[in-house]
Amino acid sequence: MDVVSQLQRQFVDFTTSLYHEGFLDDQFTQLQKLQDESNPEFVAEVVSLFFEDSENLLNNLANALQQQIVDYKQVDAHVHQFKGSSSSIGAQRVKNVCAAFRNLCEGKNLDGCIRCLQQLKLEYSLVKSKLETLFRLEQQILAAGGTVPSMA
Amino acid sequence: MAFRMGNSSTKCSGSSKNCLATGNKFSVLVVDDDPVVQRIHRVFLNRFGFETQVVGNGKEAVDLYCSGASFHLVLMDMEMPVMDGPEATRELRGMEVSSMIVGMTSRDRDSEKQAFMAAGLDDCRVKPLTADIITSLLHQLNIKYQY
Repeated sequence: MDVVSQLQRQFVDFTTSLYHEGFLDDQFTQLQKLQDESNPEFVAEVVSLFFEDSENLLNNLANALQQQIVDYKQVDAHVHQFKGSSSSIGAQRVKNVCAAFRNLCEGKNLDGCIRCLQQLKLEYSLVKSKLETLFRLEQQILAAGGTVPSMA
Repeated sequence: MAFRMGNSSTKCSGSSKNCLATGNKFSVLVVDDDPVVQRIHRVFLNRFGFETQVVGNGKEAVDLYCSGASFHLVLMDMEMPVMDGPEATRELRGMEVSSMIVGMTSRDRDSEKQAFMAAGLDDCRVKPLTADIITSLLHQLNIKYQY
């Protein structure tokens, strides 16, 4: 197998595993379909916006939960935003943790919220690293003169 | 009925699905405070041939209408700072705005959807925005705005 075919095979296997393991859902596929000549870097742009947004939200959440008197409405507002952005890019596991987190906010369960924040940080860092690997594979395929396989 | 856009530079791709019999495009106002959602919605809706404008909360949407802009469709997020979706919807209906206003909720809870609908929505959908949702809204828009 030549280098390009090997890389393409790796890309397909890796992408399939991301969907299989629930890191990504169909919404990510929909984003990829939106990428074209008029928006050639769309997915990478949106994902990097998501990374920035998420890092702010995680900091805001950590601060909000460290207050003497926790404002659960504020915590919930941050989680709501995180849920919205993660569901929009198809980061399914992050979205699911956000859904559970909102219930904990409703119940004003501080310990639960703190544990959930740790879980959220973990899931976020996992999906971030997976997406970075995915983009690296794409770049390698393009650098080797190949085309990125369409998963749609 | 004339529809005017507020200040915006939007790039639109044509789509035969999104044209009235007269050949005009539908205009949409996206009301959402999250930058990721704003970016995705804009490109998604442009792909379906909409002329898209984006604002970050309900008050900005109301202010736009007050300044004389109007849109065929408003996609209204429920939870936003400054002025949330239900309040902005009530204000717009109070101003006799007859645009199609569709709420976007983040949870599929009947109680939430009902409360939001009661504010004056034409329809309420659960995020994320998908091609199926846009197609179905286009269908409703074609019926509503048949000249």
